[in-house]
Amino acid sequence: MTATLERPDGTVAAPKRPPRWWLLLGKDKMAAVAAVVLGLVLLTALAGPLLLGDAATRQDLDASLRPPSFDHGITGLLGTDILGRSVLARLVEAAGTTLSVAMPAVLFSLVVGSAIGMWAGYHGGRRENIAMRVADVILSFPSLLLAVVVLYVFTPSVANIVFILALARIPIYLRTARAEAAELKSRLFVDAARTFGTASWPTIYRHILPIAMPTLLTVATLDFCFVMLSESSLSFLGIGIQPPDVSWGLMVAQGRQFLQTAWWIAVLPGVAIVLTTVSATILAAWVRLATDPAQRWRLTLPTSKRGKRRVTTEVTA
Amino acid sequence: MTTFLRKRIVSSAIPLVVVVLGVFILARLTGNPVDLYLPLSATAEQRAAFSAEHGFDQPILVQLWDYLGQVVQLDFGESLRTGQPAAEMVLEAFPATLQLAAVTMLIAIVGAVLIGSLAAYRPNSLADRTSSFLSMTAASIPDFWFAIMGVLVFGVSLGILPTSGVTGGPEVWVLPIATLLIRPFGVLVQVVRGSMVAALSAPYVKVARGKGASEKRVVFGHALRNATMPVLTVAGDLTIGLVNGAVVVETIFGWPGIGKLMIDSILQRDFAVLQAAVLLTAVTIFLLNILIDVCYALLDARVRQAVPA
Amino acid sequence: MNPLPSTATAEPDARTAEPALAVEHLSVDVHTASGTVRAVHDVSFSVHKGRTLALLGESGCGKSMTALSIVGLLEPVAEVVGGSVKAGGTDVLTLSRRARRKLAGPVLSIVFQDALAALNPVQPVGRQLGEPFRIHHGLSRREAREKAIELMRIVGIPEPRARARSYPHQFSGGMRQRLLIAMAVALAPDVLLADEPTTALDVTVQAQIMRLLRDLRAERDMAVVLITHDLAVVAEHADDVVIMYAGNVVETGPVREVFAKPRHPYTKGLLDSVPERAEKGKPLPAVGGSPPELSAVPPGCVFQARCPLARERCADERPRLTATGPARAAACHFSEELTSV
Ligand SMILES: Nc1ncnc2c1ncn2[C@@H]1O[C@H](COP(=O)(O)OP(=O)(O)OP(=O)(O)O)[C@@H](O)[C@H]1O
Ligand code: SF4
Ligand SMILES: [Mg+2]
Repeated sequence: MTATLERPDGTVAAPKRPPRWWLLLGKDKMAAVAAVVLGLVLLTALAGPLLLGDAATRQDLDASLRPPSFDHGITGLLGTDILGRSVLARLVEAAGTTLSVAMPAVLFSLVVGSAIGMWAGYHGGRRENIAMRVADVILSFPSLLLAVVVLYVFTPSVANIVFILALARIPIYLRTARAEAAELKSRLFVDAARTFGTASWPTIYRHILPIAMPTLLTVATLDFCFVMLSESSLSFLGIGIQPPDVSWGLMVAQGRQFLQTAWWIAVLPGVAIVLTTVSATILAAWVRLATDPAQRWRLTLPTSKRGKRRVTTEVTA
Repeated sequence: MTTFLRKRIVSSAIPLVVVVLGVFILARLTGNPVDLYLPLSATAEQRAAFSAEHGFDQPILVQLWDYLGQVVQLDFGESLRTGQPAAEMVLEAFPATLQLAAVTMLIAIVGAVLIGSLAAYRPNSLADRTSSFLSMTAASIPDFWFAIMGVLVFGVSLGILPTSGVTGGPEVWVLPIATLLIRPFGVLVQVVRGSMVAALSAPYVKVARGKGASEKRVVFGHALRNATMPVLTVAGDLTIGLVNGAVVVETIFGWPGIGKLMIDSILQRDFAVLQAAVLLTAVTIFLLNILIDVCYALLDARVRQAVPA
Repeated sequence: MNPLPSTATAEPDARTAEPALAVEHLSVDVHTASGTVRAVHDVSFSVHKGRTLALLGESGCGKSMTALSIVGLLEPVAEVVGGSVKAGGTDVLTLSRRARRKLAGPVLSIVFQDALAALNPVQPVGRQLGEPFRIHHGLSRREAREKAIELMRIVGIPEPRARARSYPHQFSGGMRQRLLIAMAVALAPDVLLADEPTTALDVTVQAQIMRLLRDLRAERDMAVVLITHDLAVVAEHADDVVIMYAGNVVETGPVREVFAKPRHPYTKGLLDSVPERAEKGKPLPAVGGSPPELSAVPPGCVFQARCPLARERCADERPRLTATGPARAAACHFSEELTSV
């Protein structure tokens, strides 16, 4: 007898696994590059300070405003600032500051916003209304003003900056999570869970969270970029990270007055910001595609051939 | 339609009120202006007199009540810094901000609809991938850095554009607008593209093609209007951001707008000016929200007839 | 390739005339994340004016894909890789986009399953119904509107003049399906494809819609391709049937003959699993097991994994669609074994 007949019925139709994510990532070169860049930034932020020691703070007035060159070792590679500090070392140090503001802020708003949003969407009614109005209020509050006030009343510490940035972004997750939860709630399996008298949190955790998670994570990846930009803007305006701490935005502000004489002080931190945020955005776009079964095919489309074929049909038309 | 609008007006009024009250209270948390406006050597009596003159010695709720009483009579107080009526200062600064915001959003929306639709029309084509990359980059560039680069290249090195000020020909607008434009434009291109891709793959588009509709009819007659809603939402949020003041641009280019006025006022504890500015922007945003809701309702019958949550 | 018996007709005059739609050796590939799969393989059939051909098969067997390739509405992931689709004698697959658009409406037309999604939510239905007239006959907005109202009357929408201003969400499911059908038949197409036009509706409404389709077919002398997985609908409304399995045609012929004497184990399995042959409104009954993943279609007979008659030859050699009667064909090596049943 043939193998096909011995095969039991079900196995033939065993559902195919979706392709592994790194294979998909490999197929999208832009996303792969973005992932590598982000990985490097993370690595730099973690390991860089260990390698460079106190180079970021060591002043050397003789070496003031040196342009980037290969003549002064690794610390002189990207030039020096007015106090003779290594721009490279400061960039590395600032990478750590930037990430240590952006990551906790994103995590905090993600957790709090999603929790409130799912709770609101799950229960609906008055609780949902109140949560949505609070989100409206936060969103329409001039956030820069809020930042100034909080940093004025309290001190502009890293923790306060994280708090403000997180607070300002909570509504984004709240709205997303609420919408997901409200939709999922209406589906049967949650109803079943409810009629068995489960408390709301276990139901949310077990039934709603796993389904809402991909969307929320995509939003978070994109928001990482936004939070980073906000931090650097605040620092640039002098109401974010304060010296002697250093962040990329602050470095741009400090280099601004030397724009005509020492361009590298202001230009290079900006390049660092752009590289990181653009990578985060590209990766977020990729995550959104890769986690959406209805869109995933776009990643596998043989692009060049398809493009050509369409163009030719257009010409004949 | 009227029920819908009434509900939306009520729910948009809540943030308006909370923001105005919140700023009033938050501002006073930053401390008594007396510390800034009187010399360190001022006597306790002088300080008390200053506080009493401006009402800072009263409990905060009393101050709030008095303030609301004045606002009802359209009296917004005077600036501590300049002695000018606060309303006057705010009304001087606001048009500069509004002009920038209006021109920026006009260019951003028109450009984004064109480029985003073009990209969405052939997903994954070279044009799509190029515009996606560029728009993502645009949305990710820090505006302050972009502005500085603009100054460095066009102002300092090439010397073809002024680096600050509002007086002069149309060229003074170029760098501020470019700086303001870059992020909204990048964001909107992506939103337009996304919702156009969704709309173009919707069944009703298939049906339209099945009727023999030309591509022009499919894109502009069927898909675009359905794709407008998310674009409208995001464009609204971006406009609100601009109305709240483009502090970075106003700082770098010395543009006398409302954002810089607000920040300066708070740093100087110039409460009357701050409150007047916040009131004006909050009311503008409120009106803007209503306008957006009207647009929604006009675009989609389901919105008109549904009762919003 | 192998000569295919015309699936159309017992009547001699219809047989000699050219079919309104002739699909020959149509193959469609789908590019998925895990590779390219063949969703429709070497499918052939034809329909004459005034007759109904049913495309019958389980979910995912490629019925919609076939229909969409005929009307040229495939998603970009899918691609016609072979065969021809002749409507009124011309192969539409070779036409330019513009030439094809000219046929969309007056020659080929399609009705979808989900009428709510298929109607544009932000346009009044009157405008959508009038659109074919504006596109193909160049009528003014006002004239197209009158035509739309007339159509609405024909398909049985009460108070059509007032309702023309309403939006899709203001209609019931059955009314929406009527609107969609009205739109599809607006220009009296030669061929109307109806992709599960009644699946989303309840049984009484289903019957009304099917009656409407039948009346319109007679009145406008259309050839109808009815896609369904409802055996009762096929038995009641179709003249001929094409049974598909995993992208392949496994049996075809006049409904009465095929249902009375199935020549393919799959057809037989389907029929056997229906307790009362003509019970209405029931979805296609399950034959034990499920169809293969398209990426794992076996080299031999596509049905072998579920076939009670399968033997060694079935694993090695794919059976061709071969004539089993004057107007019938089946793709099974052992179809004669079923004749005695
Ligand atoms: N966008 C897509 N991406 C990947 N595979 C697809 C896509 N669309 C359809 N397919 C595959 O093509 C095959 C044929 O689909 P088709 O829609 O024609 O089935 P069907 O017979 O109409 O089923 P149903 O009765 O459920 O409508 C299915 O197996 C499906 O998995
Ligand atoms: S060819 Fe073999 S496996 Fe296929 S249907 Fe016929 S008997 Fe069954
Ligand atoms: Mg289908």
